[in-house]
Amino acid sequence: MNQLTISGSPHVHGDLSVKKIMSMVIIALIPALLVAVYYFGWYALRLTIVSVAACMLTEYLIQKFLFKGPLTINDGSAALTGLLLAFNVPANLPLWMVIVGSVVAIGIAKMSFGGLGKNPFNPALVGRVFMLVSFPTAMTTWPKAQPIFEAGFFTDAVTGPTPLSLLKEGNPGTLAASGDMQFLDMILGNRGGAFGEICAIALLIGAIYLIITKVIDIWTPLSILLTVFIMTGICYLVDPTQYIAPWYHLVYGGLILGAFFMATDMVTSPMTTPGKIIYGIGIGAITVIIRLWGQYPEGVSFAILIMNAVVPLINKGFKPQRFGVAK
Amino acid sequence: MAKKESTLKNMLIALMVITIVSGGVLGFVYGLTKPAIDQVEANKNLKAINEVLKSDVEIVSTETKDIDDLTYNLAYDAEGNFIGAAIKTYSKNGFGGKIELMVGMLANGIINKVSVLSQAETPGLGANMVNDKFKGQFDGKDPKTFTLKVKKDGGDVDAITAATISSRAVSEAIKKAADGFEANKDQFMKGGNNE
Amino acid sequence: MSNWKTFTKGLIKENPILVLLLGCCPTLATTTSAINGMSMGLATTFVLIMSNLVISLLKNFIPDKVRIPCFIVVIASFVTVVQLVMQAYVPDIYETLGLFIPLIVVNCIVLGRAEAFASKNPVWPSILDGAGMGLGFTFALTVLGSIREILGSGSLFNWRFLPEDANTILIFVLAPGAFIALGYLIAIVNRLKKTK
Repeated sequence: MNQLTISGSPHVHGDLSVKKIMSMVIIALIPALLVAVYYFGWYALRLTIVSVAACMLTEYLIQKFLFKGPLTINDGSAALTGLLLAFNVPANLPLWMVIVGSVVAIGIAKMSFGGLGKNPFNPALVGRVFMLVSFPTAMTTWPKAQPIFEAGFFTDAVTGPTPLSLLKEGNPGTLAASGDMQFLDMILGNRGGAFGEICAIALLIGAIYLIITKVIDIWTPLSILLTVFIMTGICYLVDPTQYIAPWYHLVYGGLILGAFFMATDMVTSPMTTPGKIIYGIGIGAITVIIRLWGQYPEGVSFAILIMNAVVPLINKGFKPQRFGVAK
Repeated sequence: MAKKESTLKNMLIALMVITIVSGGVLGFVYGLTKPAIDQVEANKNLKAINEVLKSDVEIVSTETKDIDDLTYNLAYDAEGNFIGAAIKTYSKNGFGGKIELMVGMLANGIINKVSVLSQAETPGLGANMVNDKFKGQFDGKDPKTFTLKVKKDGGDVDAITAATISSRAVSEAIKKAADGFEANKDQFMKGGNNE
Repeated sequence: MSNWKTFTKGLIKENPILVLLLGCCPTLATTTSAINGMSMGLATTFVLIMSNLVISLLKNFIPDKVRIPCFIVVIASFVTVVQLVMQAYVPDIYETLGLFIPLIVVNCIVLGRAEAFASKNPVWPSILDGAGMGLGFTFALTVLGSIREILGSGSLFNWRFLPEDANTILIFVLAPGAFIALGYLIAIVNRLKKTK
């Protein structure tokens, strides 16, 4: 029997185990999943199941046949990656594409580096960006939200633009006035977009649960949201006809999903509070730059991945206080 | 032969001999390949003109005119009648920068064919403009009745899925060529061999 | 070292790309398809063989202190010859490879072999060394180009097995795909070498 198993960080102690953290994050994502099923019906559910299954299968096969080491498939981290990956794609994406994304997320972004705790980049985001670059048409053809009570559970999706792609192509001043951009629709999820990101309220309920149970820290998401708010606020004040009001930017796209559930990934984010704040400011700034002046309408996933690469440096600059050593 | 010492004289000689011989060889190869390269260059231009102006009438002579910032390659048949113009046009508003097109306009003002000379759009999105599915929709259209704007902007052009900006840029470039052709058409008709 | 070994070492054991990791820039940039990779490899092979031959012949004539400029002049001349010939007779490939043909001049493999091998060895082994290294380079580029073309364009050596508008994994014809494919190729070669 293996008495001493050495595994990568997080070296958790006390009550929280990797398995417990992962299942709590998954629980926190369930409200958003329910909203997604409400608006996108069978498509959202089907995609989630396939994505989670593909991620878990990939991890199982690699651990069994390439690593030939212990199987940690039950710790839930692969399932969480699959869930987050599914949340980041359009609900009507062909299933084989999400399988490719799952294999990339687990195979390339996680297992190539040695498995959980050793991956420098958030696996779900790597999978998402891989798919975005590889299948640009499918990944940017967003279905319109149609409540299942009106449209039925199995209806075909009707495609439509997302608020951010409208912004990229059109004039913010006129858009804000038109009916496409109702703030209430935005936070309730009645809009186009990746199916996990649409409902800000459902995501926030999950996020509050995680913050209260201390699974995630408030600092990273807070600094991301503040940075985005301030930067887009300055642009809005300078020229309200060219830029849209900052509160819209907070609820558009994947900012809330990214800030609370992906930027806070324990493996790929800094360890100390000052580090987390710098990391958050970086993500917020890059997101705004890409959204306002970049080629892609949405930049949260790129921003998190870029800042993931900086995390080792941040950790070097802001080392955690050593236990038992006086200041 | 023993290794040469690194004296100034030896170094000078070695460098000079090597550069002179290299220069000679290169000059020789250049002379050898020059006609072939010129041929290739000429063919490339002619091929692009022929591609967009392909019609039943044989093009006998061409003439190049630069008006404003577009290049008009005017084509004439054996009797010196004006067949049409292959217009090199561009748009700077592509997603990935400048897009260059060759637009074939027939004498009656109808777009014959469009070919993409250079573009740097996103592969899989804007880069799909090179496919006939997109650029083929301009064939045989009359710019007077076919509004060169994407449908979203109230025109008749079917945009590439998820690449409205690229589609808009292409439409803009073609419109530029069509407008320029219309404005200078009379001047082209008079030109040619039997002037 | 026997002549045979001088020739074969560049193919796998000291493969310039997969083992020595030399000349990665053209490797990543030009392997968008199997044909492109192979043409780039063959152009480099020609330059390698010819420059190794000439430098080996001139090794005693060139004083040590000016050897690098002399090597570069020789290499640059052959690269220009390749460039002119390609421009004249295979203009399509010349256009796709573009800047990377003149950049063979600064490819580490070419100067590396001139400095490390040809300037110290007789003519015949130098030619074999250049040929072996060149073919090893060509082999790696062709394999990489094939992988990227199959996954990214759904074709191989311009032979399509998927329809033109099929959803292929586009990332493989772009820069990140080049890095991913090269990384896994190197990993596989290392794994094979380990088990041997």
